[in-house]
Amino acid sequence: MSEHLPILMVLVPLLSAPLVVFIKHRKASRVIATLACALSACAAWTLALQMSSAVSYPLGGWRPAIGIELRVDFAGAYVAAIVSTIATFAISLGTRGTREDVVGREMFFYAAFLMCVAGLMGMVVTGDAFNVFVFLEISSLSTYTLVAMGKERRALTAALNYLFLGTLGGTFVLIGIGLMYQMTGTLNAAAVSARIREVEHLRTTHVAFAFLAVGLGIKLAVFPLHQWLPGAYSQAPHAVSSFLAGTATKVMYFQLIRVVVSFFGVAYVFDTLHFGDFLLPLSLVAMFAGSLSAIFQPSLRRLLAYSSIGQVGYLTLALSLGTEAGLNAGLLHLGAHAVTKTALFLIAAAFIAQVGDDRLDRLSGLGKRYPLLSLGFVLGGLSLIGVPGTVGFVSKWALLEAVLAGGRPWLAFLILASSMLAVVYVFRVVEVLYFRAPLANAPPLARERADWGSWVPAGLLVLVSVGLGVWSELPSEYVATAAQSLFGGAR
Amino acid sequence: MTLPNVWNYWAVVVLMMVGLYIVIAKPNYVKKLMGLSLFQVSVIMLYVSMGRVTGGTAPIYILDDGAPRPFVLYTNPVPHVLMLTAIVVGIATTAVGLALVVRIREAYGSSEEDVVAELDRREVEAANALAAQRAAESDASSATAAHAGASHEEHA
Amino acid sequence: METAITVVLFVLLLATAIILGRQRNLFAASMLTGIFSLVSAGLFTVMEAVDVAFTEAAVGAGISTVLMLATLSLTEDVEAREKKISWPALAVVVLTGGALIYGTLDMPNFGDPHAVVHGEIARYYIDRSWDEIGLPNMVTSILASYRGSDTFGELGVVFVAGTSVLLLLGGRRSELPASGESPGHERPSSRPPGKRHAHVREMPVVRTVAKVMLPYIVLFAFYVQAHGDFGPGGGFQAGVILATAFILFGLVFGPQELVRHVPPERLERIMAVGLMIYGGVGVVAMLLGGQFLAYGVFTPSHPSHGHHYGIFMVELGVGITVSAVMIIIYATFATRRPSLAPQVVLDAEDRCETEVSADDVPLVPEERALRSGADLLAEGAAGTDAASEVPS
Repeated sequence: MSEHLPILMVLVPLLSAPLVVFIKHRKASRVIATLACALSACAAWTLALQMSSAVSYPLGGWRPAIGIELRVDFAGAYVAAIVSTIATFAISLGTRGTREDVVGREMFFYAAFLMCVAGLMGMVVTGDAFNVFVFLEISSLSTYTLVAMGKERRALTAALNYLFLGTLGGTFVLIGIGLMYQMTGTLNAAAVSARIREVEHLRTTHVAFAFLAVGLGIKLAVFPLHQWLPGAYSQAPHAVSSFLAGTATKVMYFQLIRVVVSFFGVAYVFDTLHFGDFLLPLSLVAMFAGSLSAIFQPSLRRLLAYSSIGQVGYLTLALSLGTEAGLNAGLLHLGAHAVTKTALFLIAAAFIAQVGDDRLDRLSGLGKRYPLLSLGFVLGGLSLIGVPGTVGFVSKWALLEAVLAGGRPWLAFLILASSMLAVVYVFRVVEVLYFRAPLANAPPLARERADWGSWVPAGLLVLVSVGLGVWSELPSEYVATAAQSLFGGAR
Repeated sequence: MTLPNVWNYWAVVVLMMVGLYIVIAKPNYVKKLMGLSLFQVSVIMLYVSMGRVTGGTAPIYILDDGAPRPFVLYTNPVPHVLMLTAIVVGIATTAVGLALVVRIREAYGSSEEDVVAELDRREVEAANALAAQRAAESDASSATAAHAGASHEEHA
Repeated sequence: METAITVVLFVLLLATAIILGRQRNLFAASMLTGIFSLVSAGLFTVMEAVDVAFTEAAVGAGISTVLMLATLSLTEDVEAREKKISWPALAVVVLTGGALIYGTLDMPNFGDPHAVVHGEIARYYIDRSWDEIGLPNMVTSILASYRGSDTFGELGVVFVAGTSVLLLLGGRRSELPASGESPGHERPSSRPPGKRHAHVREMPVVRTVAKVMLPYIVLFAFYVQAHGDFGPGGGFQAGVILATAFILFGLVFGPQELVRHVPPERLERIMAVGLMIYGGVGVVAMLLGGQFLAYGVFTPSHPSHGHHYGIFMVELGVGITVSAVMIIIYATFATRRPSLAPQVVLDAEDRCETEVSADDVPLVPEERALRSGADLLAEGAAGTDAASEVPS
């Protein structure tokens, strides 16, 4: 059984989706969807904890390169475990925050959600370039629909804009894969990286990499290509925005790492193409522009969305260093930010459920009324800033170390400076929650009682983000192994 | 410098760019989706072009008495397989996009990007104005509350 | 000769694309997308990509054109206004196109049989797939067996499309009229009676021809499904053709009538079944001790037989889901109750909005003629009178 784990974590959500549509039962569909995500997470964690080296699974029984190979290394197992776990947490919100016409047709919502999970998991585990594209499109297409299910009409435009940009990104990836295939004659990651040496001086190869990088850059929301993100994250239903915030850009980041490390090779990408020189300035702009915009957002979820653009800047900054330490920091930050941002979106969902609106000023003075929820937000915010004792500190520290090891202290200074901006936008929420008088004329709160569906998962994730900050060797050691095996195989 | 014989690819690139231009520049959503499918079909041409072998026949075995005839030159079947998938992805995207356009037309009364963006901008402005007003009223009412008891006649 | 045909086809494609870009009448534009797909299918045939050509003709020229027409009957059929050349867009296009042209400079010559791309794996499939799988059509062997997981994912994409359209548009169906009534017939029309064209459903020739053709289309679909092993075709193409029969029925006899005979609730289940069949075949292979989609384990003594069974089953799954999803998508678009909200337009300064009906948009006579022809199609496609959404 355990040899099938790589395919099972994709297959369980992928086959639960038609099951949900077939059974057509509103309540059952929620149960099945939750179970499927949990099972997928179990498979991913089992694999992540028991593997001793990269696992290869030949689909259809064909040898790699002839058939499609699933290939899970430490980093892949780590990302897969994060994605499926966050899916399990996010789906606990159910169809909250969706438009009314979803009522009675929840099974399609859950089916789309499951397909989205399956697509992202598939992208992580597959070792075949074209298979990546197929899974990418499964997850993208379901994401567009899920985003459109948000309550306001702006969700529709956010979804359609995402569809245009996302499809262009996907098609760019397709062009890149095609050119790569034309140059190497194969689609398998290992085979491509073995062949790329012979063709790396050719202009077609350069262009292939450029198209893959730009296509994934759109999906990853790298700075000038990020326009889809704020709308999509702030308008989507709560389960969807919590899930996307923690996973979508992270999986694309992991793909970009794999394109750089596993397909084209670090030496080629950084020494020949000078990819770092393009990525570094964009990352810096993203770090500052994203965080600055977050400060001025009127709504909680938009604030968190812009903060994500800034955080993507840290991720790409780590990659642009082109060193093992950078990769290590990037992978750590991927996990840290996934946990933190999902927790914050879940808390935002809980607040919105209480006050019925996601405008920041509606939260005025609610800190005393919801002490635990507000405390959760503060702790999550501290992790976003990177305060010691939180998981955000662990990853930011690794990033600083990587930067200093690369002999660029001014970068370390810029990272600290942009963290100050994070302090500002987090404190802005804290100020509203604790130091403002409650609105005298606010409409009454929707619910008086706590609503466990979103409190429990949010609380658990906050505990995780603090716990991993205290016992920081747990993630650090695993990720260090992952980065080492990824990078070691590349040079 | 001798150029390789790649004019076929150049023609494909030109078609692709016409599609891309329509997607980016045209304000009408349906038109944009048409441009998108033009772009995608052109990418399919790119793949099929790279699979072409001069003088090669379609990748279906020519059988002589139930066994494939030896020494036949076939076109590369791999790009064809990949592109069947890409065509399906294209129509799926078009269908979802068109469904979204219909919903947007119903919700906004328009399927033009600039009109919809303008309506969105106004909606945000109105919401901000409402919030500012609410905050001002809140301040005023708490001020009066401090003096002479609560008065909540103002409506939000 | 082949080069000459290719050049002609490319010129046609380019002309179509440019006219499409400039055409403000969206009905005409959607016809042009259909033409573009059809011509590119011709190009694929010239390049010996028969399966791709078949699929592109069925999907691009058939289904997607119908979908666009159905959409236009629910939205506007004319682009709001002429837009000047967008320089940023042009810059992006020139940059992207320039990069691609730059990339072609080191490509192997077009049609070079010694290119790397025809190397290892392509060579393997051409040399070995007859012995290992034994199907004449290599494309079928590769897509259903060697790269079966891609096709599984592709079916997943189709399933997502069906789910998405149901989620987005399935909530508001037009009421089903009592049987016997022809919908759209009694709807008030804003057009003067004399100018109104005869409804497509009232044309005896169309009805009779459609009735005669339907069984043959269905038969052809089954043929394509079964023949995919030997020639171009397979589950995907067959599914689309089968769906075409139902869509033709909907166009001629009205989508309400289609929905009455083929309830969407049932199709939703069928669409799920196809994907489960495909996945189920893979899971059975796992239970028998092989890997996911390793059909060889079905008949351990003679693996190529196992491949035949496996490929037959997964192609069946593909055919079922694809046809169900295509019918669902069409029926959902066509039975969507049209919005009666008037069109919102902004005036020149983008400041205040005014409401105009589509009839106020000035049209040159040819476009007027095109429009009335297109209205006819729209009525067929959506079962609604396109004019009724615009109060005059």
